[in-house]
Amino acid sequence: MPKSMGAVKQAIPAEIGGEADVAMASSGTAVQTAAGRKILPIVEGVVLVAALAAPLVLQDYLTVFATRVIILALFALSFDLVWGYAGIMSFGQALFFGSAGYGVALLARDLDITNILLVLPAGTIIGLTFALLLGGFLLLGRHPSSVIFVSLGTLTGSYAADRLARGWYYLGGQNGIPSISSMTLGGYEFSEGPSFYYLVLGILIVVYLLCRFLVRSQFGLALAGLRENEQRIAFFGYKVQHLKAIIFAIGGAIAGLAGSLYAFHEGFVWPNMVGVVVSTQVVLYVLFGGSGTLIGAVIGTVIVEGVSFWLSDNYRDIWPIILGVLLLLVILFRPLGLISFVLGERERVGSFGAKAKEGVKEKRNAP
Amino acid sequence: MLLEAAGISKIFGKLTALDGAALTVGENEFHGLIGPNGSGKSTLMKCIAGAEVPTQGKVSFVNTDITAFTPTERARAGMSLKFQITSVLPSLTLYDNILLALQAQSSLLDLVFSRTRSALHDQVMTMLTQFRLADRAFDPAAALSHGQQQWLEIAMALAGKPKLLLLDEPTGGMSLEERRVTGELLQPIKQHCSLVIVEHDLDFIRDICDRLTVLDQGKVLASGTVPEIQANKSVQEIYLRRA
Repeated sequence: MPKSMGAVKQAIPAEIGGEADVAMASSGTAVQTAAGRKILPIVEGVVLVAALAAPLVLQDYLTVFATRVIILALFALSFDLVWGYAGIMSFGQALFFGSAGYGVALLARDLDITNILLVLPAGTIIGLTFALLLGGFLLLGRHPSSVIFVSLGTLTGSYAADRLARGWYYLGGQNGIPSISSMTLGGYEFSEGPSFYYLVLGILIVVYLLCRFLVRSQFGLALAGLRENEQRIAFFGYKVQHLKAIIFAIGGAIAGLAGSLYAFHEGFVWPNMVGVVVSTQVVLYVLFGGSGTLIGAVIGTVIVEGVSFWLSDNYRDIWPIILGVLLLLVILFRPLGLISFVLGERERVGSFGAKAKEGVKEKRNAP
Repeated sequence: MLLEAAGISKIFGKLTALDGAALTVGENEFHGLIGPNGSGKSTLMKCIAGAEVPTQGKVSFVNTDITAFTPTERARAGMSLKFQITSVLPSLTLYDNILLALQAQSSLLDLVFSRTRSALHDQVMTMLTQFRLADRAFDPAAALSHGQQQWLEIAMALAGKPKLLLLDEPTGGMSLEERRVTGELLQPIKQHCSLVIVEHDLDFIRDICDRLTVLDQGKVLASGTVPEIQANKSVQEIYLRRA
């Protein structure tokens, strides 16, 4: 895995070089940028329309599957923020996802709390708290911690949580916690199907827009700098470790939100949910779709899950091998993910200044 | 004194890069750090900037002992470094590079809600104009020539209004014309900033510096005004030896 990470990082300058040549060859660079910038909203729009229409055209059992995918896409967003935007290699993202799942499952089992207005905030807070604790330990040293340290630290956290869940009788041991009651709002029960689907889609859209706002803000510019050259921006006076811890905590909160939705949707939680397998899965979603774009994380999740679903139906025995080869091919030949077929590097990074320029122009044009 | 580095030693394994080197810089002073290859100039700069921790010695800045400060803390105290290897952020536009440097000390909430973006816009454009890069504002930094990247980097290093700017080989790889322009670009900053500059181009150093420190094999060989150093026998010797 570290090797492919290297490939991702290394591939970036080549892409930029290509872009730069185009920019230099053309006198109307601003026009090009403006034209280029329109692709991302189009992709986002297409994905949104498809997501809204899905339950209308899908059979019921597929809507249930699609709901699961949307929840996993929410989970993938959390990893994209952490890795794609801040360059923190978290191999333990499932720790926040799964611990929130276990948390809300316990609330439902032991305290009979299933109200959506309580369980979702609770799950989010559990994810946030675990991320603050782990992030505080791994990221908040006096000197910046290395990528290896952080990735091994998060991996260990996730692995330890998995073992703990397996061994702890209170958490159901190997079997996890089965038959969680449905999530409720007043007298209404969210059961599998279109209502649950639109609930999670609504949540995904809100979280997506918040992330989008964040990564396009000046804070997002600081993150872009952090990802490109951490040492450089420390020399500007940025508190690099704080920036990282903040984004790690936000990522943990989103993962927690996704984990609590997942627990109620599936109706049970089990040790894998906090473990290394799910942690790795989310890395693949994001690499496959394209890290550092938000929408790439969503698309990657949909495609990886969709392809696995289809392959497992049609090639019952060898589907994991086919999936593995497909993933390898993408990572080898499209290190920036599938999204790079339609999206240029400039849009991936986001041009913060161009926006400011537009803003100022508008101001000047105003009477 | 603005900066006082005393008794600085730096040992990498068996190699002694610095052996009790010292450097003092006053306010509004342009100080050149020269010496043959391997004399420890860059290492001394890094020890001052916080990129390396000296094995021994003490660095004071504005009467505060900053030896144990991290780079971030040094930057916040008013020290700024331009690396020897250009380290502009290549995939960001020039505009964003400068904005990134300017907003470094904005509060977290200001950053999240982009509150300083419009206030800093004019400053970004002024700096780009000052460094003759305004027409390239929205190109990615990777598209600039080497010399222009160096200017961008100097602009970025100056963005935080430092009291002291450390320049490690600003004219490396530049054409003669670019060197001349770099000298012109640096002159005006003297009103509000001191400069420590490591440079191989002795003509360039002589033109812009007030004082010089000469390092040889990790030790200070001589320190003084430009005429004093030019008249110094042992300095002449090491440069003749090199030639």
